[in-house]
Amino acid sequence: MEMNFDQHISGQFNADLEAIRNHMMSMGGLVERQVSQAVKAICTGDTNLADEVIRREDEVDKAEVTIDHECTQILVRRQPAASDLRMVLAVSRVVRDLERIGDEASKIAIHTLEVTDVSNSHICQQSVRYMGEEVIKMISGALDAFARHDIHGAIDVVRNDKLVDRQYASALRELITYMMEDPRSIGQAINIVWILRAIERIGDHARNISEQVIYLVSGHDVRHSTLTEIEEAAQQEE
Amino acid sequence: MSIIENHETVGTPFCSNPKLSARDVGVFYGDKQAIFDVSLDIGSNEVIALIGPSGCGKSTFLRSLNRMNDTIDICRVTGEILLDGENIYDPKVDVVPLRATVGMVFQKPNPFPKSIYDNISYGPRIHGLASSRVDLDEIVERSLQRAGLWTEVKDRLHSPGTGLSGGQQQRLCIARTIAVEPEVILMDEPCSALDPIATAKIEELIDELRENYTIAIVTHSMQQAARVSQRTAYFHLGQLIEVNNTDMVFTTPEHQLTEAYITGRFG
Ligand SMILES: Nc1ncnc2c1ncn2[C@@H]1O[C@H](COP(=O)(O)OP(=O)(O)OP(=O)(O)O)[C@@H](O)[C@H]1O
Ligand SMILES: [Mg+2]
Repeated sequence: MEMNFDQHISGQFNADLEAIRNHMMSMGGLVERQVSQAVKAICTGDTNLADEVIRREDEVDKAEVTIDHECTQILVRRQPAASDLRMVLAVSRVVRDLERIGDEASKIAIHTLEVTDVSNSHICQQSVRYMGEEVIKMISGALDAFARHDIHGAIDVVRNDKLVDRQYASALRELITYMMEDPRSIGQAINIVWILRAIERIGDHARNISEQVIYLVSGHDVRHSTLTEIEEAAQQEE
Repeated sequence: MSIIENHETVGTPFCSNPKLSARDVGVFYGDKQAIFDVSLDIGSNEVIALIGPSGCGKSTFLRSLNRMNDTIDICRVTGEILLDGENIYDPKVDVVPLRATVGMVFQKPNPFPKSIYDNISYGPRIHGLASSRVDLDEIVERSLQRAGLWTEVKDRLHSPGTGLSGGQQQRLCIARTIAVEPEVILMDEPCSALDPIATAKIEELIDELRENYTIAIVTHSMQQAARVSQRTAYFHLGQLIEVNNTDMVFTTPEHQLTEAYITGRFG
C-alpha cells in the first residue's frame, strides 16, 4: 500500500509527522558522525577526537528526549491509526536505538583514551577499522531505507549484521591467540575487546532500526525473527 | 451505478457462527440507491463496529437489519437478511416480534415521557413477557441491573425517565431494549450525545452485554470502534469496502480507502 504522510485533512498533522521524521533523520546523522569519529579516533589514536565524541553524547541524549516528547504529543493529540500509528511507534523505537548507538560510540571513545599508543599496537587494527566501516554503512543504510520505505534496503542491513557478528567472533579468536602468546598484552587486548564489542552492538542497533522499517511499511513485527522469517514477511508484501 | 465497479469487500466479511447474515443487500430511497451489494455476517456474541464517512449508508444498513426501514415509505430493500438462517424480509415475518429480537438503540436517548418503571415495563407488557406485577418488577430490576443503572435509579423508579442525565437516559434506553429479551442489539451512534464518563459506562456495558447478545454499533469515533468491537466494517459511498479484525483495521488496514478514512486523509 502506498504511504503518503502529507495528505491529511489536517495540515498540522502532516507537519507534526514530518517533524518527527526529520528530527529522527538529523539525530541519525549526528549519531552516524559520532560512530565514524569514534572509529577514526581509535584507529589513529587521536585522543582529541575521542574527547569530542564524549562531549557530544549529550546532544544525542537531548535529541532522543525531544523527539520522544514530540511522538507523545502526536499520540495524545491525534490518536493516530494505521500507517500514522506505525510511523510514530517506529520513530520512537528508532530514536531509542540511535541513542544506544550514541552510548556505544562514547564507550569506544572512552576505551580509546585508555588504550595507550594504539596506533602502534596492531592488535586487531584491521578488524576495528573494517567492522567500524561496516556498521557505519549499516546505520546510514537503515536510515535511508526508513526514508524511502524500502524493505529491501532494510533486509540488506539485517544481512550485514550477520556478517559483522561473524567478524566479531573471528576477531575475538585472534585476540585470544595474541593474549596467549604474549600475556603482557592482556590489558591492551581487553580494551580492544570492549571496543569490538561496542561496534558489534552498534550493528545490532542498526538491525533493530531496519526491523522498524519493515514494521512501518508492512505492519509485520519482525523483532526477534530470523533473517529467513524477515525475508518471508517481505515477500508477502510484494 | 456503484462507484467502485465490480468491487469485492476485502478482508473477512463472513464468519463461521453468524447470527445475522446479509447477502447482496441493496437499499433504495425511491430510485436513489444508498446501499450496494452488501454481504456481511455478524457473528454470535460479537460486537461489530460499522464505520465510514457521513452519508455512506451506515444507518441505512443498520436499519435494514431489523426492518426499521419499513417505516420509511420510499425505502426498498433487495437481497436477503437472515436471522439464524431465516430471511427477515419473508412476507410471513411479523415485524413487531422481529424488532424485539433485533432491538435498536438510537443516537439521541429517547425515553418515553413516562416513569422509569413504565419505560422498561412497556415492552414486556405488550409482548406478553410478564404475567404478573411481580414478574414485571423482576424484569424491570433485572434490565436496569444489566444496563448498569439499577443502583442509580432504584429509589426513584416512578419519577420520569426524561428527568435523568443524558448518559442515564441512554442506559435507560438500553435497559428498555434488553427488557424484551433481544438476541441482537443495533446501536446507532449511542454515545454521540454523551460525555467521556457516560461514554465509558456505555462502552463497559457493551462489553458485558456481548456475553449474551450480538451487537452492531455505528460510531464516528475511531477510538470507540477500536475499544468496543472485535470486527470493524468500513463503508464508503454505500459499499462495504473492508471487514477485518478491529486490531488489524486500526494498525494495518487492507484497503487504501479504509486507511485514508481512519487516518483522516483525503480519500
Ligand atoms: N429517509 C431518507 N430518504 C431519502 N434518502 C435518505 C434517507 N435516509 C438516508 N438517505 C440517504 O441515504 C444515504 C445514506 O444515509 P445514511 O443516513 O444511511 O448515512 P450514514 O452513514 O448513517 O451517515 P451519518 O454518519 O451522517 O449518520 C445518504 O445519501 C442519505 O442522504
Ligand atoms: Mg447515520
